Amino acid sequence: MEKRVTFDHRLLPYLLLTPQLVVTIVFFFWPAAQALYQSLLLPDPFGLSSRFVWLSNFEYLFNDRYYLEAFTTTAVFTFFVTLVSMSMALLFAVLADQVIKGASTYKTLLIWPYAVAPAVAGVMWLFMFQPSIGVLAFYMKAVGVPWNPVLDGTHAMTLVILAAAWKQISYNFLFFLAGLQAIPKSLIEAAAIDGAGKWHRFRTIVFPLLSPTTFFLLVVNVVYAFFETFGIIHTMTAGGPGRSTTILVYKVYSDGFVGQDLGSSAAQSVILMLVVGVLTIIQFRYIERRVHY
Amino acid sequence: MATISIRDIRKSYGNTEVIHGVSIDVADGEFIVIVGPSGCGKSTLLRMVAGLERITGGTIDIGGRVVNELEPRERDIAMVFQNYALYPHMSVFDNMAYGLKIAGQSKEEIRARVDKAAAMLQLEPYLDRKPRALSGGQRQRVAMGRALVRDPAVFLFDEPLSNLDAKLRVQMRLEIKQLQRSVGTTSLYVTHDQVEAMTLADRLVVMNGGIAEQIDTPMAVYERPATRFVAGFIGSPAMNMLEGTAKGSIFALEGGGRLTFGDAELAETERPVLLGVRPEHLKLAASDEAALELSVTAVETLGADTLAHGSLSGANGAGSALVARLPGSVKVTPGDTLPLAIDARSVHLFDAETGRRV
Repeated sequence: MEKRVTFDHRLLPYLLLTPQLVVTIVFFFWPAAQALYQSLLLPDPFGLSSRFVWLSNFEYLFNDRYYLEAFTTTAVFTFFVTLVSMSMALLFAVLADQVIKGASTYKTLLIWPYAVAPAVAGVMWLFMFQPSIGVLAFYMKAVGVPWNPVLDGTHAMTLVILAAAWKQISYNFLFFLAGLQAIPKSLIEAAAIDGAGKWHRFRTIVFPLLSPTTFFLLVVNVVYAFFETFGIIHTMTAGGPGRSTTILVYKVYSDGFVGQDLGSSAAQSVILMLVVGVLTIIQFRYIERRVHY
Repeated sequence: MATISIRDIRKSYGNTEVIHGVSIDVADGEFIVIVGPSGCGKSTLLRMVAGLERITGGTIDIGGRVVNELEPRERDIAMVFQNYALYPHMSVFDNMAYGLKIAGQSKEEIRARVDKAAAMLQLEPYLDRKPRALSGGQRQRVAMGRALVRDPAVFLFDEPLSNLDAKLRVQMRLEIKQLQRSVGTTSLYVTHDQVEAMTLADRLVVMNGGIAEQIDTPMAVYERPATRFVAGFIGSPAMNMLEGTAKGSIFALEGGGRLTFGDAELAETERPVLLGVRPEHLKLAASDEAALELSVTAVETLGADTLAHGSLSGANGAGSALVARLPGSVKVTPGDTLPLAIDARSVHLFDAETGRRV
């Protein structure tokens, strides 16, 4: 039987919920409603008045080549950030799981990058790879690797992907490590006795048993790459060169606050809200039936 | 099928030695049970045979091949774990076939072997199920099946029945015994349960504190325990132990008083010894023939037997706790004083200091 707390007083539970509700309403529902409303308006060039235009902001967006391009850019960016950060994190977790001496030191050090703010991480990577003053850029040039993220869109994309992935490795590492440690040791031993070598054990036992963790992280990482990488993009490339690193969330900012096209910016926010909604639904549905083996 | 030869095996964790030189020779097809209290090193010993723990000293030889440095998979063994260690994401069939697939068997061969094992273990209806859809007993059978299909030289069992309820445990115990008989595979079985140990073993290894106290057949261990520890560990309720010295037919108790054994001679001892007598070897007797008197403080009726707990009373040195196993038909109530006789042939003497049998 599930234990439930019961209140004698009818108002008390509402009173206890109030702070959370106030925060949620003021900082989440209100702005969201505002964005929804704004997305239906078109302000005049001087921002003095707005006109109600129904869905034409959305209509315009889906005929905008740049907006569709941003979708592709976001897809590429998200795919690689997720891939790199998750595979590196899994590798580190597997290695850290085997360490016996100084295990907690390794773990602590691997978790540190998570404490670095996105903008700071961005600046740090920018300095290292800046073509004229970057340390690593210097060595890359020395060994003959062509490198110029300031001018080359692919280079810029690679750089922001690396920075964003690096930042997320710690988080993924933590979950993968916990996942690995939750796998009963006797399973691995049974597989070893059954004749499976290290790699085979990983492929047939460990990885399948990690799949709930992997799926959870997949959703989290996609959300991260979609939304939380703004600071990194903003400090490193500001969406450039050209529009090569303008992901959707950055376009919301640059169209709205730089381009002053608040209607379009709000419409883009609404679309992103829908994306988050879908991701959340996927995650919830999945977590509800997470026992999948 | 193979013999196992364990020679002066040692295990240390850092500077702490936990197994202090154990030697066991296991004949081909023999069922050896390693029994002992928790922390005695029995599981560690088994895991060293399996190759899951490194061996600090000594050698382990399986089928004439020293396996000290071999990986588990190179040792030709199969192991059944306490928590079954079934692969939760695989069906029963895949669980059993896992090792065979790795060994590169053909599909038909795998099918045939798994079907055969499943038939032996009555698992045929469950082959497509995942382990979580099985009961404890069925899971245990799958774990056995996984060991069986590989037809290894040696079976290793690490407390395989301790997660099952009492009734199922009795049933599985029999099944394991029959199965091992029919396939004739050399087996090492670790348990802390003395009933399991007594009923399953061809020979018992009683371990305590990292040494093997006695290695012998279950009856021999019961009848002639080599040490005080073995005497107390095997048999339930535990053997009664009385301190004193023996001379002729008289055992002088530490706290004054004496036990008399009629005309039977006890091994003479100069030093204090422990006299051990099993509860079932205490018999009700007429007062003039009694070796001792038990004043009863508690009674446990088990149906077939009645256990009378109490202490020595009267002139025989009061205070020593004692248990007698009497026939269920005897009516005993707390407060009674029972005259009891001891058969001198069923008495065990142990050195009070070393605990060795005198």
